[in-house]
Amino acid sequence: MSRRSRVLLKVAVWAICLTPLAILLYRAATHDLSANPISFVTNWLGDWTLRLLLASLAMTPLRIVFGLSWPIALRRLLGLFAFTYALLHFNVWLVLDHFFDWHEMGTDIAKRPYVTVGMTALLLMMPLAATSTAAAIRRLGGKNWQRLHRLAYAIGICGVLHYLWLAKKANPAPYYYAAILVLLLAIRVWDWGRRRVSGLRTRTVSSMARATVGSLSGQGRRQEEGRS
Amino acid sequence: MLIKRGGGLKDNDVTPYDVYLNRRAFILGAAAAVLAPRPGEAAPPPAGQALQATPNPAYKLDDPPTPLKDVTSYNNFYEFGVNKEDPARLAGTLKTRPWTVNVEGLCAKPKVFDIDEILRMAPLEERIYSLRCVEAWSMVIPWIGFPLATLLKRVEPTSQARYVEFTTLLDPEQFPGQKKGLFNFASLDWPYTEGLRLDEALHPLTLLTVGLYGQVLPNQNGAPIRVVVPWKYGFKSAKSIVRIRLVDKEPKTAWNTTAPQEYGFYSNVNPTVDHPRWSQATERRIGEFRRRKTLMFNGYQEQVASLYTGMDLRKLY
Repeated sequence: MSRRSRVLLKVAVWAICLTPLAILLYRAATHDLSANPISFVTNWLGDWTLRLLLASLAMTPLRIVFGLSWPIALRRLLGLFAFTYALLHFNVWLVLDHFFDWHEMGTDIAKRPYVTVGMTALLLMMPLAATSTAAAIRRLGGKNWQRLHRLAYAIGICGVLHYLWLAKKANPAPYYYAAILVLLLAIRVWDWGRRRVSGLRTRTVSSMARATVGSLSGQGRRQEEGRS
Repeated sequence: MLIKRGGGLKDNDVTPYDVYLNRRAFILGAAAAVLAPRPGEAAPPPAGQALQATPNPAYKLDDPPTPLKDVTSYNNFYEFGVNKEDPARLAGTLKTRPWTVNVEGLCAKPKVFDIDEILRMAPLEERIYSLRCVEAWSMVIPWIGFPLATLLKRVEPTSQARYVEFTTLLDPEQFPGQKKGLFNFASLDWPYTEGLRLDEALHPLTLLTVGLYGQVLPNQNGAPIRVVVPWKYGFKSAKSIVRIRLVDKEPKTAWNTTAPQEYGFYSNVNPTVDHPRWSQATERRIGEFRRRKTLMFNGYQEQVASLYTGMDLRKLY
């Protein structure tokens, strides 16, 4: 993929990721946030957090299944936007919903499993956002960085559980998100199993050869994969 | 100056004599043509039509009523869909005439009532109640109706009758939310049923409701007829009722069947008993910024607490 189209792609992702925020601001300006604006804004930001989180987790499966390489370039951007929406979502809860009522919020975090997993997801996102730069990858080393960023799976699971546990049983939406997450993780497990099997086979043929290849190209390839 | 000449009338300007003779029928016909539903179109809902009612000074609140726009655009009515804006958006599909309410079960005089008969059964009063949703938000609504007791006494409940079961209309054509979703997902077990103990149903606060804000009840608020039980969470107040049955055992109710540990049969507003997933200690009054404290029995403690003496409301939530 050329540099030019890579830039265009990123610009498009920026535009797509900022659109929900723009719509929200427009609706706020035109007093179109329903009869319960705080709840509306919270849900809106929560919905988009989860969508962007799943989008960032969908990039590697796109490569595995369709052999596409460009989605990987969008993974960090999508992840950071998911974090941005999560932070906004949290701040609406903190400021608008509970107005710094620390006692009530503390009780909620301790007593309500959906709040607990939501907070967990947000906290887990922080080290990933902080280490999202190329410099951080270098500092940590590819292997460590990759290990750390596997937290993205835990964040995805916590995010989906957060929605599943807060919504009423009669609402089908959280089940759809859960189904998509399961699919995205299943593709990884399948790919991991497949590579393990082919790796074992290679090793029995020539463990020496594999070790050499691994140190030369496999390492670099895996590093590029990041959290796959 | 322009002077109009007389005699400009042509033959077809003159009303034919037989039409003139039947002019009253003609006017009625024209009126009917305007009012009648056009072919292929649902009958226009009478919602929005003025409904006369006498304010009952015994039932009012100090808090100002929630704006009509909010009352009619922010609804939980899963028959239309699970989102708050679904009912207002899809309400046109519900046909509220003709409509009957079958009052049956353990009573001496069971009867199928036509909705218009119910409307004439007792003088309509306006009562301002607060409505507390189980989701921890609330509104203040001027309802129009009369005590449910008036209707129940008409059918003369027998001594075996201990509970009252309400059933909402089942018709996926009129209630799109009753259709099966993706992967056959059904939000609730349709039709929606709710229930009250007979003494709760006969309590003077329990209002058989046909209007709000001086208007016929809008479809999204449970037209043409619903109950309003102000000391219980909103979902206990069944909407668009087609059957009221007097029974001897506690009836199955929709939300209790779906999630029994979350929605008890009684579901009295109670700030000390949390929903398993959130606190019920506070609520957000629609239109207000800060949460306010939730009151026991939604502020109707004086009137209804005696119904529950000796009961453990933590267990019988």
